[in-house]
Amino acid sequence: MTVSEIFETMDYGTAPESAAEALAWIVDQGGRFGHFIDGAMTDPGEVFESRNPATGEVLAHLSQATQDDVDAAVKAARRAQPKWEKSGGAARARVLYALARLLQKHSRLFAVLEVLDNGKPIREARDIDIPLAQRHFYYHAGMAQLMASELPDAVALGVCGQVIPWNFPLLMLAWKVAPALAMGNTVVLKPAEYTSLTALLFADICRQAGVPKGVVNIITGDGDVGEMIVNADVDKIAFTGSTNVGRHIREATAGSGKALTLELGGKSPYIVFDDADLDSAVEGLVDAIWFNQGQVCCAGSRLLVHEPVADRFHAKLRARMDQLRIGSPLDKSIDVGAIIDPKQLETITKLVSANTAGHTHVAAAALPLEGSFYPPTLITGLHPADTLMQEEIFGPVLVSTTFRTPQEAISIANNTRYGLAATVWSENVNLALDIAPKLAAGVVWINGTNMLDAAAGFGGVRESGFGREGGWEGLTAYTKPAKPAKKWHTTAPMTGEGAPTDGIDRTAKLYIGGKQTRPDSGYSAPVWGKNSALLGHASQASRKDLRNAVEAAHAAKNWSKTTGHLRAQILYYIGENLNARSDEFAKRLDAMQGGKTGIKEVDAAIQSLFTYAAWADKYDGQVHGVPIRGVALAMKEPVGVIGALCPHEMPLLGLVATMAPAIAMGNCIILCASEAFPLAATDFVQVLETSDVPAGVVNILTGPHKDLTNPIARHMDIDAVWSFSDPALDAPIEAGSASNLKRTWVQNGNAVDWHTTDAKRFLQAATEVKNIWVPYGE
Amino acid sequence: MSVETTAPTATSAHHLPQVTEPRNAGLPLDLNWVLSAQANTSAIERRASSLPARRSVKKAHQAAWLLKAVTCIDLTTLSGDDTARRVERLCAKARQPVAAPLLDALGMGPITTGAVCVYHEMIAPAINALHGTGIPVAAVSTGFPAGLSPLPLRIAEIEQSVAAGAQEIDIVISRRHVLSGNWQALYDEMKAFRAACGAAHVKAILATGELGSLRNVARASLVCMMAGADFIKTSTGKESVNATLPVSLVMIRAIRDYHERTGFRVGYKPAGGISKAKDAITYLALIKEELGARWLQPDLFRFGASSLLNDIERQLEHYVSGNYSASYRHPTS
Repeated sequence: MTVSEIFETMDYGTAPESAAEALAWIVDQGGRFGHFIDGAMTDPGEVFESRNPATGEVLAHLSQATQDDVDAAVKAARRAQPKWEKSGGAARARVLYALARLLQKHSRLFAVLEVLDNGKPIREARDIDIPLAQRHFYYHAGMAQLMASELPDAVALGVCGQVIPWNFPLLMLAWKVAPALAMGNTVVLKPAEYTSLTALLFADICRQAGVPKGVVNIITGDGDVGEMIVNADVDKIAFTGSTNVGRHIREATAGSGKALTLELGGKSPYIVFDDADLDSAVEGLVDAIWFNQGQVCCAGSRLLVHEPVADRFHAKLRARMDQLRIGSPLDKSIDVGAIIDPKQLETITKLVSANTAGHTHVAAAALPLEGSFYPPTLITGLHPADTLMQEEIFGPVLVSTTFRTPQEAISIANNTRYGLAATVWSENVNLALDIAPKLAAGVVWINGTNMLDAAAGFGGVRESGFGREGGWEGLTAYTKPAKPAKKWHTTAPMTGEGAPTDGIDRTAKLYIGGKQTRPDSGYSAPVWGKNSALLGHASQASRKDLRNAVEAAHAAKNWSKTTGHLRAQILYYIGENLNARSDEFAKRLDAMQGGKTGIKEVDAAIQSLFTYAAWADKYDGQVHGVPIRGVALAMKEPVGVIGALCPHEMPLLGLVATMAPAIAMGNCIILCASEAFPLAATDFVQVLETSDVPAGVVNILTGPHKDLTNPIARHMDIDAVWSFSDPALDAPIEAGSASNLKRTWVQNGNAVDWHTTDAKRFLQAATEVKNIWVPYGE
Repeated sequence: MSVETTAPTATSAHHLPQVTEPRNAGLPLDLNWVLSAQANTSAIERRASSLPARRSVKKAHQAAWLLKAVTCIDLTTLSGDDTARRVERLCAKARQPVAAPLLDALGMGPITTGAVCVYHEMIAPAINALHGTGIPVAAVSTGFPAGLSPLPLRIAEIEQSVAAGAQEIDIVISRRHVLSGNWQALYDEMKAFRAACGAAHVKAILATGELGSLRNVARASLVCMMAGADFIKTSTGKESVNATLPVSLVMIRAIRDYHERTGFRVGYKPAGGISKAKDAITYLALIKEELGARWLQPDLFRFGASSLLNDIERQLEHYVSGNYSASYRHPTS
């Protein structure tokens, strides 16, 4: 076109970024890649093709890792780990800093290579992915530097197996590698088979940065390789990807003692209230669902619009969609690039074409004739019952419904198995800050979306996974307590026969929903004392009793909205009432367990109550220093309903020290009392009953733990399981937890020293960090 | 709400050549609409800052866009020391803003700037200098730049400027009406100005740097359009903060809303602080993205600028020659 023609049409034309340097780098590497193991590239093995999704062209040949490759990588990481950890935070900080600098020096090469490999627009790779990856290394260089002073009780986990997805290849690598290295771990990382090239370029950078051999190992291949890593001799698995694979990994690692963090799928709500700046909220959607072609786990993919403005908002949105430009990802002026692979394109197409509900608007822009592209799509008039409102599409498809009231917005927003992110648009600070904490999500953005930074943790609740990446909260995913633990040993119940020693028979019942209730099964078991005397009978709780307890716990959920001050008062009151009866409890403990340590245990239990009462209004969140004009509020929220298997030993202290942190943080809990000495718990019910604990906040079951393990672990309405019981139950707990991906906390064969517990660990387990981003400015 | 669109404005000889739009007939003051306008500063700033990276215009396209920008410039002199001859020099530049050899090399026919913008006293020399070119003369008015002279005098000033032949009148609003939330007063004032303009088009200068918030900018934009403004304009060029991308975004979104509801297309003029060719491209892209290509014509878009033209000429020469240019190579205004 001539200048004078363009003068009339005012078209944009193309603004292509050159791919020459990136393609030259691939050629320089021989176009065929091995794995990066122990500081060197291996010879290519059996290879598969890596294609450019925008053109279908083959970019390079990558090696499919074998079991031997995985073993070699893990071995190299294992060998390198102790020295890397011992080199100290300052030394590791230098290496991480060098990595950040090198990412910066080669930023355009990384960006273009990412675009070729992934199909995302160059603007996004250049302005978002690569700078965020750099930022992650800078941030964690700082964390390495500060580890000794700020986390004196933490040590590295060891070797971390990390499996990352194809949507943000380098950024996800940074999220995984930076914190792991900072805390003294070594890693074996597998990039997605579609997008391994920037990881291989990163391997190149590692050598330039002076990363010691074996500290970073990168192996390529498909899901089978991922599975090999999961099953390898590693101390931790960190996975980002689909919920289905995450669930499978949870099952595969169950009982192995491997630490696990999962960052999985989402169907994140994007809520627009009638007082919002509608034009800005429309623009926000461009960044929410048309960012990276909607292939974003935290994409605002479910639009909820307030009824008074719904029609206007949708009209504005459609008009905005028609301005989107789709085309060559290397063009600096396009908004939407290529879908990662024809397979994914097919998945999206199938999901959308199966939908007959609502009204579908497809963006007006023309699609490129070749390559893997899908047009930005909006489907309005859907309802929660429609499949597309529930299923993650992972493409540029936005589904929409309306709501009448803030309460209804919350209930529709939370009507999902996922809980990754949420967006709220309102100019009313009261409304926005009221809604944000009520949303089931690990990240909430107010008047903005997809804001990410290394300083603020990212991660989900529910089936979006667990663990945080970024911020102080992200470091717990790569550390463990420095203090060595003693091995767990069993505590057997006493045996005996005969009649009770005191006159009147006492019935210890279950404690569910504030009432003492008989077990559904109608069975009880005798409890014998040290001297073989019959101390009483304990109810044998079954799955039905558990079900009732969970219902009761949910009915009591207003507990989470009470103030820390109130919860502290109640914990103190429990302590006070227990103190008043300490002799009686001490006697009971001695009768059950023998010896004379009862009084010491009662005192410790009272101490524990006072400790967590003290923490109830002090375990604060944080305000993260994110690089925006605004704040990211890291709020500590209760995890919800916790099922806990109390230790067999220390029947009173173990019970109280498990209960107290949970309820101090606003959780409701179902405690399975010591199997060996259940009567301490049933006696304790009377203390609870006199201490103003609302019905359902604490529920106590007695009976064999193994009978309750599966019902608890698999119950879909329990948010977390803690076990201090028999390590043999760890595997079924972790495997069962995959049902709804509830959080688990098991001891992996270690014993808890109940007299010197680390309160912070319990408080951490009792809370989930939600980051609420609040940009501001007038 | 939808209002019947009136017949197209009668085009007189010295009307803008591109005028095909019905003139904004205005609306009764709709306070519900005005007060429901919101502007989230952070989100608007994010959009404004990411836009230049989202829309990169290169090579022939860049040259064409820069030429378009030239045709949208209100070439301006608003100085206390303006003289008739100084204004003649400005008008000479307005008639031939880009040197003929450069236009030839670009394969373009002759172009002019959108208008020449002067004070009242300079209208006559400007009209003389532009005779026969079709380039309209715009006059700043109503006690420009502060707008604090007596209302009857401000209205009389408009009438005299129109009588003197100005086809466009750039009025300044009373910022105090916005800052005190007196939307009715703002509406009445604007309506009186529009009436005084008669057939001349009226541009409402909001002086956005003095309105305190983007929300106020949005609301003042709507009120001025309801009162019949043909254009809304950011600044006088005399405030400490003049045209910015965030302010522009707010104003053009108000224009878009107004068009959606009434069918009238109101023009937009950012003024002050736009001096680089790259900025001009960004503004044009912003307009194209948010309002659509129809607004990329001088009847609906103007730059209030004086030094922008020279930078555009340098970039055009760079496109033609491949070498970076110097400002002295291009005729001054």
